[in-house]
Amino acid sequence: MEPTVAVNPWVAVAYLASGVLFILALRGLSSPSTSRTGNRFGMLGMLIAVVTTLINNYRPSTICETPVANVAAELTACQAAPAGNEQSFLWIAAAIAIGGTIGLVTARRIQMTAMPQLVAAFHSLVGMAAVLVAIAAFLNPGAFGILGADGNILTVSRIEMSLGAAIGAITFSGSVIAFAKLNGNMSGAPIILPARHVINLGTLAAIVVLTGMFAAAVHAGPGENNLFWIVIALSFAIGFLLIIPIGGADMPVVVSMLNSYSGWAAAAMGFTLHNTAMIITGALVGSSGAILSYIMCRAMNRSFISVIAGGFGAAAAIGGEAKEQRPYKRGSAEDAAFLLKEAENVIIIPGYGMAVAQAQHVLREMGDQLKEHGVNVKYAIHPVAGRMPGHMNVLLAEANVPYDEVFELEDINHEFAQCDVAFIIGANDVVNPAAKTDKSSPIYGMPVFDVEKAKTIMFIKRSMSGVGYSGVDNDVFYLDQTMMLLADAKKMVEEINKALAD
Amino acid sequence: MDFISILSIFVLACFVGYYVVWSVTPALHTPLMSVTNAISSVIVVGALIASAAAGSASSKWFGLVAVALASVNIFGGFAVTARMLAMYKKKERAAPKTPVESQGAK
Repeated sequence: MEPTVAVNPWVAVAYLASGVLFILALRGLSSPSTSRTGNRFGMLGMLIAVVTTLINNYRPSTICETPVANVAAELTACQAAPAGNEQSFLWIAAAIAIGGTIGLVTARRIQMTAMPQLVAAFHSLVGMAAVLVAIAAFLNPGAFGILGADGNILTVSRIEMSLGAAIGAITFSGSVIAFAKLNGNMSGAPIILPARHVINLGTLAAIVVLTGMFAAAVHAGPGENNLFWIVIALSFAIGFLLIIPIGGADMPVVVSMLNSYSGWAAAAMGFTLHNTAMIITGALVGSSGAILSYIMCRAMNRSFISVIAGGFGAAAAIGGEAKEQRPYKRGSAEDAAFLLKEAENVIIIPGYGMAVAQAQHVLREMGDQLKEHGVNVKYAIHPVAGRMPGHMNVLLAEANVPYDEVFELEDINHEFAQCDVAFIIGANDVVNPAAKTDKSSPIYGMPVFDVEKAKTIMFIKRSMSGVGYSGVDNDVFYLDQTMMLLADAKKMVEEINKALAD
Repeated sequence: MDFISILSIFVLACFVGYYVVWSVTPALHTPLMSVTNAISSVIVVGALIASAAAGSASSKWFGLVAVALASVNIFGGFAVTARMLAMYKKKERAAPKTPVESQGAK
């Protein structure tokens, strides 16, 4: 239809191929053994998409300089052809080199505990890139083949690019806030504005209405209509407003949700550009983020709406203080080491506290020592442990824990009855029996580990004063078979390791 | 391509995405996020078109900045995913070190 888009059928085939390679990249992640090949498929897909685009948009300026003949027809063809764009390609190479270097250096240096922040930061870049591409399309629609015969941008394209820009802007500002909260630049506590629901819904409605007005506008030539800029500005604002009331431990849901948004933004831009690779990828990433959000919400027994509405963890903390002191048993590293050595089955439950204390390596050493004593060691991971989906698995993998010793909640929960020691390190809410029994508890209905069935429970915690993120007291602390190990997680495990070695 | 063809591709891709993502093992959810991050930077295609096009200098600049941002993501996203995936190992690899002990553990 439009001359600049997909002139050559091979171009369309190449984009389709890269879309298929992206599907294979995700398919590979069904098992760690196939995942590395999958990642290479992804790289290949990206290479194909980029090279195809570059070749398809390259216009050498030398074609007319060769004095072949002074045939009149050829001369007119030369004059009609636009000037070459080798210069632009130098700039593009520079941009890729700068961006690529920053990306590679960051990827190499980043600590595994900081993955949630990194992913949030990367999301913000995709969001910003989507906004910039939408702006570029708005300023130069001819280059994207979306300029109508009447000198206006095509109506459908106006809607698509506004959507792409809006979702991109929300992804950007939302991810910046998520990054600041995860990275500790900003308190993880929810920030509650008065009448925030009214403000948020009003802003969203304004974005929709303004997009409609932009689509229906009479004057919408290249860079002509200011409504587009207002849509972008409001979208930046709403992304910010949506994320500030959401607390730190709800970040797994937020990061997944922003992952989804970055996909929808890419898809919307794919519609604008009529590009199959972008549409397929956008749909993949969009559904991926949505499914991860759903898994996280289900693992907390909370509705997506209640997470997005925010404010969780702000009010409950006040209630926790009033409780009377209950008796508990405190153990030492030597006591723990003795019991662990004698045990037959040990299940280790890591949580965010392990990541904060960077205790994953010493924990693996402890596991190795126990195995030398003939103990059967397994790791149990709750879906919401950590600050992003699968965060604990990556940390354990980093510490060289084989992945076939690591189990998901539903696969290992029945084993606690035969377990001698449940070793809880940096987790709290995910082992709280109140989720099963206390209907008034804020975490009621959340699936939790049945640690109370274990013969002995060891609970590493900095002190007795802190409660879990939800602000709920945990009955496990006061059980007869519970031994509280009050110390920094890393120090405590190091001491246990020393005692085990003796 | 007309709008309906594009929409069809989109809807079918959503279904493919749904089934493919449910088959991803939970242990790899973090690499899933980082790799989806990398591939969603395919938006670089739009940025490249803008950067290479004639007609609007400002559009070109916006395009170039977008190329740089997307490149951070493409290179960084795939590299960090590869780094993570390289860490996932099976038990067999650790076994040769202390064959006697690991048999005892069984």
